[in-house]
Amino acid sequence: MTLALPAAAPARWREHSPLPGFGLGMGFTLLYVSVIILLPIAALIARPWEHGISGFFDAILQPRTLAALRLSFTAVALAALVNAGFGLLIAWVLTRYEFPFRRLVDAMVDLPFALPTAVAGIALAALYSSNGWIGSLIEPLGLKIAYTPVGVFVALFAVGLPFVVRSVQPVLQDLDAAYEEAAQTLGASAFQTFFRVTLPALAPALITGLALAFARGVGEYGSVIFIAGNMPGVSEIAPLVIVGKLEQYDYSGAAAVGVAMLALALMALLLTNAVQLIFARRGAA
Amino acid sequence: MVLESTLRKDVAAMFLTRRSLVAAGGASALAAAGVARAAAPASLLNVSYDPTRELYKDVNSLFAADWRRRTGQDVRINQSHDGSGKQARAVVDGLEADVVTLALAYDIDAIAQRGLIAPNWQSRLPFNSSPYTSTIVFLVRKGNPKAIRDWADLARPGVQVITPNPKTSGGADWSFLAAYGSARRRAGGDEGKAQAYVRALYKNVPVLDTGSRGATTTFVQRGLGDVLLGWENEALLSIDEVGPGKLEVVRPSLSILAEPPVSLVDKVVDRHGTRKIADAYLRFLYTEQAQDLVARRHYRPRSPAAAARYAGKFPALNLMTIKDFGGWQAAHARYFADGGVFDKIYQPG
Repeated sequence: MTLALPAAAPARWREHSPLPGFGLGMGFTLLYVSVIILLPIAALIARPWEHGISGFFDAILQPRTLAALRLSFTAVALAALVNAGFGLLIAWVLTRYEFPFRRLVDAMVDLPFALPTAVAGIALAALYSSNGWIGSLIEPLGLKIAYTPVGVFVALFAVGLPFVVRSVQPVLQDLDAAYEEAAQTLGASAFQTFFRVTLPALAPALITGLALAFARGVGEYGSVIFIAGNMPGVSEIAPLVIVGKLEQYDYSGAAAVGVAMLALALMALLLTNAVQLIFARRGAA
Repeated sequence: MVLESTLRKDVAAMFLTRRSLVAAGGASALAAAGVARAAAPASLLNVSYDPTRELYKDVNSLFAADWRRRTGQDVRINQSHDGSGKQARAVVDGLEADVVTLALAYDIDAIAQRGLIAPNWQSRLPFNSSPYTSTIVFLVRKGNPKAIRDWADLARPGVQVITPNPKTSGGADWSFLAAYGSARRRAGGDEGKAQAYVRALYKNVPVLDTGSRGATTTFVQRGLGDVLLGWENEALLSIDEVGPGKLEVVRPSLSILAEPPVSLVDKVVDRHGTRKIADAYLRFLYTEQAQDLVARRHYRPRSPAAAARYAGKFPALNLMTIKDFGGWQAAHARYFADGGVFDKIYQPG
């Protein structure tokens, strides 16, 4: 068989594969990607053109829709960035220190994954509303979280955190502490060790976590609507605009906003991939 | 049960062995249970909106007993509840509802426009196909501390109003129209003044929940706001739930007659062969028995006898109807569609 195959491109696909069944596996992958991902997206993209290009832009350029898109993407970006910081910290504490109930804390990080998002939203709204546990403490200070755009950020922060922790944690576990020790014996300060040795090694995983938290946050509906207040132009998120349009049987308008969100999310994910690539290159060099 | 017994017969036809024949004979004997062939159990799916869950649970068992007494046939009625518009979309997209019992005629119209229901559906049953009605009232906290008596009080500075978003809630559409219509009447038909009024009212709304139940939760459980603007049936239900003496219903001088309509879904009942029983089910809602239940579940009954029995619970009100707004299609286009009166409230300036 090896003799019969020229060392051309098709053969290279299967190099290094210890597993049999390339054809079946690849076929299933393509089928899965097509049916589960590409087909619904194609249906979405095909939908908003009922009223032509101008109808599409009319739907997404309404001030209300624009305000919602702006709020959704800024709140999500902020929440993902803050999560990257805090997620890294939590992952660090969970892998590098021994303390009582560490396994329990570790398991609790996953809870937001398991909770129905509406439950998380209702719990957050109850906590942060003016007579909730937290809300009643901060409201006298002139701070309002529930039913303001800050509430949107809080909800997205809560649902996004596990993505960062779970992406970073395994890499951090595998990262030999010897590198850090070596850096320190060579005279690096703790600050230098972290930023020149540890962080570059973690960066790809951290960016993956950030992208996951971002992607999840963009589509988040259940946890946000209960705490957002949903005032048009102020605290209304883009997914709610879509639901509002569906309620009016405006399928093409809803799909138009959906396509706009898809395009924005794709751009953001491409951007994070590019950053990841830069880090990877630098790591390889 | 229907599914199960046909399945068994199919299996019997496929494997004509003595044992499976005996099993099939046993199954059909069980299903027939001594009654005629027509008495195979039937099942209906009633697709409804959120606050009717308790009402239809009671209605269904009453109807099942009544139907069995009249025809000897068992009937099982399944319920599905969610926001009215969402349910209508589900039926359009293929949810096999035999009957729909929704919050607005607009939602049933939407199903009819897609050819699943005959266009004349609203004239097929008495009272515009609405076996019960409700209206829009105010729910305030004990002692009515902000002295909210009528519509003008809702637009006063310093009053917080909780009401859901008319873009996503059928109940909120009725609330908006009641507020708008009452202001228009006060201003002698001046639309500009009515718009200024609803703008002032919605300035007082700190949270726009997506549905009636959500707004009730915000007001009752979360303790937000001074007044809940919404369904009379939800207001009465909340008082039931939190116990007496914590909340009070205030009825404005003018409100709107909310008519939640019902219809059978022609395409589905013809495919299922359930037209007769679906029709009987909907007509059953107009019987004295069901009308009494309706009143107990906080909806206003149509039957004069039931209305008289529960007159203390449902004081007579001065009511507008959807016709004052040109019917649902016109009202929707003017007030709730993108760029309509409701959207203008939230445009700066």
